[in-house]
Amino acid sequence: MAEAVEALAAAGADGKVLAGGQSLIPLMNMRLAAPGQLVDINHVAGLGEITAEAGGVRVGALARHAEVEASETAFAAQPLVRRALRLVAHPAVRNRGTTVGSIVHADPAAEMPAVLALLGGSVRARGPEGERDIPAAEFFTGPMESSLRTGELAVSAFFPAAEGGTAIVEVARRHGDYAMAGVAALVGPDHARVACLSVGAVPVVVDVTEAEGDWARAARIVRERIEPEADIHATADYRRHLTGVLAERALKEAADA
Amino acid sequence: MTTKLFGEPVHRREDARLVAGNGRYLDDLGADALAVAFVRSPHAHARITGIDVDDAIDVEGLVAIYTWEDLPEGVREPLPLLIPHPALTHGRTAYCLAKDVVRHVGEPIVMVVAADRYIAEDVCERIQVSYEFLKPVVGLENAVEGPNLVHDDVPGNIGAHMVQEVAHRDGRATREVIAAAPHTLEFRLDIERSACMPMEGRGVYARWDADDRSLRVYSSTQTSTSVRMAVAAKLGLPLPKVEVIAPDVGGGFGVKIVHPWPEEILVPWAARLLNREVKWTEDRREHFISSAHERAQVQHVKVGFDDEGRVLGLDVEILHDHGAYTPYGIIVPIITSTQLLGPYKIGSYRVEFFSVYTNTVQVTPYRGAGRPQGVFCMERTMDKIAQYLGKDRTDVRAANFIQPDEFPYDQQMIFQDGRPLIYDSGDYPESLRKLKDLIGWDDFPAMQAEARKEGRRLGIGVGCYVEGTGVGPYEGGHVQVTSDGRVHVSTGLTSQGQGHETVFAQIAATELGVPIEKVSVVTGDTRRFGYAVGTFASRAAVMSGNAIALACRKVKEKALRIAADALEADPADLEITDGMVHVVGAPSASIPLATVAVLSNPLRYAFDEEAKRATQFATGGSMDRPPVAEGQEPGLEGKDYYSPVRSTFASGMHAAIVETDPDTAEIKILRYAVVHDCGKMINPMLVEGQIHGGVAQGVGGALYEKMAYDEYGQLLNASFMDFLMPYVTEIPKIETDHLETPSPLNPLGIKGAGEAGVIPVSAVIAGAVEDAEKIVVDKMPISPSDLYALRDSSRTSGAVSLLRNTQ
Repeated sequence: MAEAVEALAAAGADGKVLAGGQSLIPLMNMRLAAPGQLVDINHVAGLGEITAEAGGVRVGALARHAEVEASETAFAAQPLVRRALRLVAHPAVRNRGTTVGSIVHADPAAEMPAVLALLGGSVRARGPEGERDIPAAEFFTGPMESSLRTGELAVSAFFPAAEGGTAIVEVARRHGDYAMAGVAALVGPDHARVACLSVGAVPVVVDVTEAEGDWARAARIVRERIEPEADIHATADYRRHLTGVLAERALKEAADA
Repeated sequence: MTTKLFGEPVHRREDARLVAGNGRYLDDLGADALAVAFVRSPHAHARITGIDVDDAIDVEGLVAIYTWEDLPEGVREPLPLLIPHPALTHGRTAYCLAKDVVRHVGEPIVMVVAADRYIAEDVCERIQVSYEFLKPVVGLENAVEGPNLVHDDVPGNIGAHMVQEVAHRDGRATREVIAAAPHTLEFRLDIERSACMPMEGRGVYARWDADDRSLRVYSSTQTSTSVRMAVAAKLGLPLPKVEVIAPDVGGGFGVKIVHPWPEEILVPWAARLLNREVKWTEDRREHFISSAHERAQVQHVKVGFDDEGRVLGLDVEILHDHGAYTPYGIIVPIITSTQLLGPYKIGSYRVEFFSVYTNTVQVTPYRGAGRPQGVFCMERTMDKIAQYLGKDRTDVRAANFIQPDEFPYDQQMIFQDGRPLIYDSGDYPESLRKLKDLIGWDDFPAMQAEARKEGRRLGIGVGCYVEGTGVGPYEGGHVQVTSDGRVHVSTGLTSQGQGHETVFAQIAATELGVPIEKVSVVTGDTRRFGYAVGTFASRAAVMSGNAIALACRKVKEKALRIAADALEADPADLEITDGMVHVVGAPSASIPLATVAVLSNPLRYAFDEEAKRATQFATGGSMDRPPVAEGQEPGLEGKDYYSPVRSTFASGMHAAIVETDPDTAEIKILRYAVVHDCGKMINPMLVEGQIHGGVAQGVGGALYEKMAYDEYGQLLNASFMDFLMPYVTEIPKIETDHLETPSPLNPLGIKGAGEAGVIPVSAVIAGAVEDAEKIVVDKMPISPSDLYALRDSSRTSGAVSLLRNTQ
């Protein structure tokens, strides 16, 4: 691992980490990305582990989506992780793609960044200056942008157990596509919040505790807080409406969980 | 009898090869060939002012860079306009490499040949093309309104204008009939673009043999014989020195019938010039922006009808988006205009189309080829009439059907093959009866009402179509029985995975009375069969199937004659079973077909035991006759052609039940039912496979696929991530039933089935969504976002009525 961190630091801004390659390789294939150096971490020991820790589960940088999805340790700590992973692309992509890689890619339409944001998890990064934990609220800084510094390697992500029930629902054009809208929800005895996909530059976390269990009211709060944009698949109006519908559904399901 | 295979659900013989990854597709060939990449226009409309290659020429591995200036005579002229038509007054085609002006994003400008594709693309990135921007023309109505022109010399961007009218039998013109009709409706319909999207894109690989001065070209094409003629003509080579082979082809769906593509001329030209093997394999983005699309039309419809819903007059005006060029003529809007009539007797019919140029990818036939648009128009019309009169939608259709005793039925128009639109056979009332049974049409209202109580929205839709298949001019078949008893069948048209190796073998095995294991089939190889038209228009089974059957009958006649001599019997008393020629009712008096093949070819030289039996001192026979009788040829083989007087008309009817989500506006197909009639089925399993694939593509066109062009002519969704071809998860179970009304036009009584499944799907789904939502659906495809907007606009306009478009 030390060698990987060293190589990455040496590559500087020209370096990219290759883990599952499910986003990076297509981008390179289409000549949309042309990093000067790839640091392949696939053979770095100790990065593939899924470990129960106090108050949650830690997922290593090489743990594939499929492994995390199947992990009883992860499921026991936070069942939302498995449920969300089942919505990530298709089995072939999940066999190769990594959960940490998806978080680092920081696509606001992706499920796992939203789950991390909803649960208030964190990303552990290792760089030339050592190791640090970055809270989800500070990690996602823009579309495909994170607060990882040049030369830093994300070595794991921590998903908190979080008190309360959870749920995730989304609507995609086709099975396994990036969702037009999606909502992950967490409802505890004295708190309720959602994280919304595809309606902002980063996963949008909205606290709806004030709705006091009136989930239709919560949906209205969510609709006011988000700033969806139009694309070729959906208008901004539809995304806003849909996110409200899904927020209500997810909150109801999380409250009943 | 084991050899009666015609009509049996024989498993696909090619799948062992194709499914196990042993297919040989274009890119599997020529591993050491030089690679080609193209600099393609990033602009929809621009004048090229300069091409600077200074930064590119030092790249290691670069072999050659070509622009239009470098092309020789023959290659530098515009590409051919394949199907001229008097109404196409302003046909325009592209150059192999752009000359002066580019007219759509993706048009090739510079050809780069290099050691591999990576290097070729690196070189492309270093070539600087400078442009003077011209105003892009995007969108049908923008194109017609002007003032910007795609081609300077095509006023109004109108490439073709055609009016066809079938007056009422009392002589009145259609518009007069409509004006006097008891009821009239008027409305507008919109259909979006989609495209063929074969899994394997286009590709060309060429080898020049300098010693033999001959050229071999492999192309992922739907017509190798015609590519061969085009290449020979463009490069000035003698036809016998050019051979073209279609290897395994990973889907075509129409786009690969267009030819010659620029790459099909440029790659062989470069291979000969460089005396090196050269290959170009299209990538997916290239396929999106540099091949062809289809479907986009705007239709303005007026219809007059009586109290029973019988159509007295139908007046349709069509704006057809042809993209930047018209290499395939106006076949698509002609098919829309003629096949719009479907299974109906329309009192009087006027159809007018304008074929319009836009700065987008050219439009050529895609599976269905104009029919989905025509059927959308007619079936929406039927639904609107039913809604207006408060009648069941199937009753209105039935009131307009051509009846079984009215065939042949002359629609009094000219079809896409230049021949009269005369339906040969069909039974539309029976098809509808079967369909209603299959989907449970009459029980649906109760189901819908029950679901409503639970807050669920269900809707049902129906669509009928007639499809002219098996267009001429001809196809041929060659059948040879060799002395080992093997039967070698070849035909010139090509295969793209349809199952030709199976069905043609079924036909040959049945006709000759041999086990199917003895039969092998070769398609699309000009070395084996030089005369052919191609695989399109649901024609392969009808055309080559019948040609092979006729060729087999010649072989059989000869085999029986030779066997009759050997068995001292009358040929009329002989039959062939399991590869043995024997006297009917006396199986012991028999001779293997393999032996007949030996006897058919008198030999001087023996090279094996079989051959000994045919040598001059072994055969005996009459000393008064020559060994090969007058008028005969050596060998047990036959060749024949099938050339139909006109197309044969298949038909079908689909119905679907959909559910729409009241909150998310998602649209789910709960059931999909198909009744199909393609005459005698050679292989029902393959017919069903064709229907399934067609319906899947139709679902794509109805709910998912569109070409998202922005106002600058940039295609925003040129990848499989954003162009939404449905996955298997989006396709419902497809329930099928068949009807077999044989075609009287060909020896096998068959009709085409290749395109059928795709044709009515948009019409069916539009009707079903409309029924679920009680909102007019006149624009397809429809997405959840579209449905949400439709709900919104119908609420705010205050007009929830389905009849808001009516007079």
